Amino acid sequence: MSDVSFTVNGRRVSGSAEDRTLLVHFLREHLGLTGTHVGCDTSQCGACVVHVDGKAVKSCTMLAAQASGSTIVTIEGLADGAELHPVQASFKEHHGLQCGFCTPGMIMTATDMIARHPEGLDEAMVRAELEGNICRCTGYHNIVKAILAASETMAKGAKGKAKQAA
Amino acid sequence: MGIEGVGARVARKEDKRFITGGGRYVDDMVVPGMKHAVFVRSPHAHAQIKKIDVKKAQAMPGVVGVLTGKELKADGIGNLICGWMIHSKDGTPMKMGAWSPLAVDKVRYVGDAVVIVVADTKGQARDAAEAVEITYKELKAVVDATKAIQPGAPQIHAEAENNLIFDWELGDAKATDAAIKSAAHVTRMKIVNNRLVPNAMEPRAALGHYDKAEDHYTCWTTSQNPHVARLVMSAFYNVAPENKLRVIAPDVGGGFGSKIYIYPEEIVCLWASKKIGVPVKWVADRTESFLSDAHGRDHVSTVEMAFDKDNRITGLKVDTIANLGAYMSLFSSCVPTYLYATLLSGQYDIPAIHANVRAVYTNTAPVDAYRGAGRPEATYVLERMMETAARELGVSPAELRRRNFITSFPHQTPVIMTYDAGDYNASLDAAMKAADYAGFARRKAEAAKQGKLRGIGMSCYIEACGLAPSSAVGSLGAGVGLWESAEVRVNAVGTIEVLTGSHSHGQGHETTFAQLVTQRFGVPIDSVSIVHGDTDKVQMGMGTYGSRSGAVGMSAIVKALDKVEAKAKKIAAHLLEADEGDIVIENGEVKVAGTDKSLPWFQVALASYTAHNLPAGMEPGLKETAFYDPSNFTFPAGCYICEVEIDPETGLTEIIQFVAADDFGNIINPMIVEGQVHGGIAQGVGQALLEGAHYDRNGQLLTASYMDYTMPRAGDLPSFKVSTSNTPCPGNPLGVKGCGEAGAIGSPPAVINAITDALGVVDIPMPASPATVWAAIHANKH
Repeated sequence: MSDVSFTVNGRRVSGSAEDRTLLVHFLREHLGLTGTHVGCDTSQCGACVVHVDGKAVKSCTMLAAQASGSTIVTIEGLADGAELHPVQASFKEHHGLQCGFCTPGMIMTATDMIARHPEGLDEAMVRAELEGNICRCTGYHNIVKAILAASETMAKGAKGKAKQAA
Repeated sequence: MGIEGVGARVARKEDKRFITGGGRYVDDMVVPGMKHAVFVRSPHAHAQIKKIDVKKAQAMPGVVGVLTGKELKADGIGNLICGWMIHSKDGTPMKMGAWSPLAVDKVRYVGDAVVIVVADTKGQARDAAEAVEITYKELKAVVDATKAIQPGAPQIHAEAENNLIFDWELGDAKATDAAIKSAAHVTRMKIVNNRLVPNAMEPRAALGHYDKAEDHYTCWTTSQNPHVARLVMSAFYNVAPENKLRVIAPDVGGGFGSKIYIYPEEIVCLWASKKIGVPVKWVADRTESFLSDAHGRDHVSTVEMAFDKDNRITGLKVDTIANLGAYMSLFSSCVPTYLYATLLSGQYDIPAIHANVRAVYTNTAPVDAYRGAGRPEATYVLERMMETAARELGVSPAELRRRNFITSFPHQTPVIMTYDAGDYNASLDAAMKAADYAGFARRKAEAAKQGKLRGIGMSCYIEACGLAPSSAVGSLGAGVGLWESAEVRVNAVGTIEVLTGSHSHGQGHETTFAQLVTQRFGVPIDSVSIVHGDTDKVQMGMGTYGSRSGAVGMSAIVKALDKVEAKAKKIAAHLLEADEGDIVIENGEVKVAGTDKSLPWFQVALASYTAHNLPAGMEPGLKETAFYDPSNFTFPAGCYICEVEIDPETGLTEIIQFVAADDFGNIINPMIVEGQVHGGIAQGVGQALLEGAHYDRNGQLLTASYMDYTMPRAGDLPSFKVSTSNTPCPGNPLGVKGCGEAGAIGSPPAVINAITDALGVVDIPMPASPATVWAAIHANKH
């Protein structure tokens, strides 16, 4: 057994788990954070993407014990209280989801993608960056649209904040 | 239409939970005392089971039960069935071999379930599963349906000699042969439709819970049709009587057909829950899904198409061998027959058609309906033939199609169907315009300068949706009726619940169905809730597949709304002392037309429940139920155009543009309809370019993970240009046709027609992977 302790969605949590427990299983089964999904066994589908210390990580590629000491954000912790994160809002506005199963991973990947590209994104970049996330419902059309729109919204928001600060 | 009514692009009500991690799928369910199951599956494609020793496994840490097929049989659990009877042309019924939920004497495909292991944790169950000792005697296997019917092939089921399940025909053989004999031109092709794995992103799962005190079972399962699951598990598998079995299909992460069927795992989990005395949950690994989900397609067809001297089709003869895998899945028999051969007229006026279909057992996963189910196979046959014929006849593909389009309706085809409405020229025109078809030659020349090969291909598909008139399908062998039910409950405060037998697993019913109610009564969409997926809450219903939730499911809702509206008007007329015929309901008000007399909607609802002042003899309450049985199929149709550019150095095909022009009849929510088309196209492009299930000759599945089976990713696809030009369906109250499968039906031939056009070859197998395309270029050169 391994002792595990980290911060998840702003809350300190600790527990112990079998050494072989993957982060995704710890989140789902020990913490009840079932928004993070398991869609494959080979780290291909991306339904399990969470943020570990600010980076998008497939939580099926990491042992819970390896994540000890980290700060983790899951889909449940992305919104600011009742206010949706702009990427969440954009997925809804642009119909970027159907069955919803890949959606949490898509949104976590997208927020990371947008953060890594403050200069902005184009369609080819978004499609290339989505290499690690599989969706079977949407044909990606509206996911790409949603991410591009969120990227623009967030860039405007950032500029607005910069102006306010100045 | 208002901002929330019919025709509006209303953002989905259900999205909030999915984008915040609040979706509730089967794997998210936890029941006190719940244990975890792992299935021990056959590693062999064909073998006798000599001995099963579970002693070591039973002694492993955390294990609470290890159960076999013998115990299951001893408890009277029945074999899985196929629910659609097909008779061969000699009049004999199809030859259905026994399918035990846990194999007893013999295994017939890699992945066949043999033993269930239940333990405190999934890890412990997995460890113990490895300790189960099964002694097999391997038998020769056969995976190719064309080989399985040859003399001397391994015999898979004693019931089906030479592995032939049925040899069925439809149409007029004599007239078709005569047309071919007297034709000015005959186009001939062998056409292969590759085997696919549906791959809904949520793996299948089941949680069985037997409540000893109540003698009652609950099954949470990944189902597109929980009531059908309950009916079949009760009536045929002897799990429990219907009144003691509750089936819940909560949020379901995609289906595409693969979650219609009742699989061994849910039956075994329910039975094991009683046997062991704990709730039992099983969730498939992805590889397990590849091995044991019902696969799709897998047809080999020999086709002849006859033309007269004016390039009119005079006859079509199709001989198809359909691989149904190792067992007959629930609806497997109707897919290559009544969902396939009945669509072989396509959009064309063809006087004589004959189809012969042989369905065959092989040592592969069972094959059943996958998005489109028979109709993609029919469309692929026809639209590949049209393309090849156009090239042989030296006419443009568009011209050949126009020459043969059906232009007057209703139109009776020689293969059962009566098309009710359509305008095939309109969608062809729209697609050609959107694709700038006229400018293709210039684009091709420009690409050639860069050393690239450009090609363009089209496909004019038709499908039959809105499954289906119950008496019609009954006469064709279906074991069920295909009506749908709805209940509209107006609460005392005027909010409304709609209970529907349809099931949403991505289709957005919670929004689209609510739009119907908003349209009808002018109440805010937030005050309308759609309830589905639970046999304890919802009246018997038939579920979602075959693009039926719009044409059949919504029609049932409309019927129930009609009844509610009529009663509300009677109450309002009584309260307002007006004539019932003068009452109108709009914007949440119930009014007397042409006066200022009105009541808020909620007051009429409240009056129905207080019942202090109702018309004489009227029952209290405002709640109505309806069952809707369609009078005909619906016939969505359209034209898809694909333009590709191929790099001859690598064989890589890039889709430059993909255009879809569909006719879906009236549309309730265009945003959701477009999303359905996008997803369907992606699956069709996946079939054409990327996807294929491959077994080696010993029956080992070589493509059993996302490392080996190429799922379409964002980078493989372009943004799609989709549009609709609609002729309303005359057969149902909303004039809707259905849109869920069109994309997957229409797109594969468009892609392959484009690739063969670019390469100047007659045919190329699907998936046209870079290696396959490169080889075709290479073969051409030498």
